[in-house]
Amino acid sequence: MSRPGNKRPEYHKIDWHLPAISSSASAHSMNRDLFVLTYGALVAQLCKDYEKDEDVNNYLDKMGYGIGIRLIEDFLARSYVKKCHSYSEITDLIAQVAFKMYLGITPSVTRNESSRNEFSLILDKNPLVEFVEELPAGRSSLCYCNLLCGVIRGALEMVHLTADVTFLQDRLKGDKVTEIGITFLKKLEEKKYRRKK
Amino acid sequence: PALGESFSFLHSSFISSFWGGGRNSLTVLEGMGFRVGQGLAERLPRGALAFREELDTIKFLCRDLWGAVFRKQTDNLRTNHQGTYVLQDNNFPLLTQMAWGQQYLEETPKFLAFTCGLLRGTLSALGIESSVTASVASLPACKFQVVIQKA
Repeated sequence: MSRPGNKRPEYHKIDWHLPAISSSASAHSMNRDLFVLTYGALVAQLCKDYEKDEDVNNYLDKMGYGIGIRLIEDFLARSYVKKCHSYSEITDLIAQVAFKMYLGITPSVTRNESSRNEFSLILDKNPLVEFVEELPAGRSSLCYCNLLCGVIRGALEMVHLTADVTFLQDRLKGDKVTEIGITFLKKLEEKKYRRKK
Repeated sequence: PALGESFSFLHSSFISSFWGGGRNSLTVLEGMGFRVGQGLAERLPRGALAFREELDTIKFLCRDLWGAVFRKQTDNLRTNHQGTYVLQDNNFPLLTQMAWGQQYLEETPKFLAFTCGLLRGTLSALGIESSVTASVASLPACKFQVVIQKA
């Protein structure tokens, strides 16, 4: 429908009703590809910015932390979670609800029998590395998915839990599995936290 | 799964992180978007990309790309039928994270740079070279202007 008159002679406004979005399957795969590709572009850019693998890893962790402290709110808003009474329950929640929600995968959980606060997430599939067959040349110490460690750490901190989160094994480095280790540290005392305010 | 949310979190972490502003950071963001756009288009089934004319390709951006990335479609499309297209989104999801109000207008370029690159990259992989710029009149509405480069 073109407008008569000369207000904007160089533009025709197209008044049209878009048909329904094309099949949800293709929209979903585009959405997923977008996320995977964007993560890849992030890592590639960081590799340009930083020569040392260690620096890239640290930056990924730091960015992840910044995401984690905001993501926890989104997570709690989206999921009905009952109060957790143990580190084991929390780790299960991370693996079965959070990972499922944001990455579409469910890592399996193992725990270190000799200590009550060490757990591992074993990632069988990992969308972040879907298009990555091996680490870039000269980047043998790169923790490609280190962002995830920061996210977990940041999210936990916002619910008053401190933890060390690192990759213990990485398929991209030639290990058999990809394993994220979570070691819960001393719990921040709630009372102390409130007093700081 | 909320992969769309995951992308959104990732995207906003770019903005608030070390690419905080300045000419170079906008180029970096746009460049990242470009590579992602190319990758996206390359992964689409060939059948989905049989566009008869340029306008159909742009409509694909407005409908399918926007739908997959932003869970909505653009609100308006204008063209002069001479290679310039303006895509309007009245409620652009990557801007709604910003505070509403004029005072943050100067911050908007970094929120839009990646998407400009995304559009340019998608078009490039579909055989169309273009330049893409974005502007915000008032949050959270924005316009993306696509100018097709003629050979």
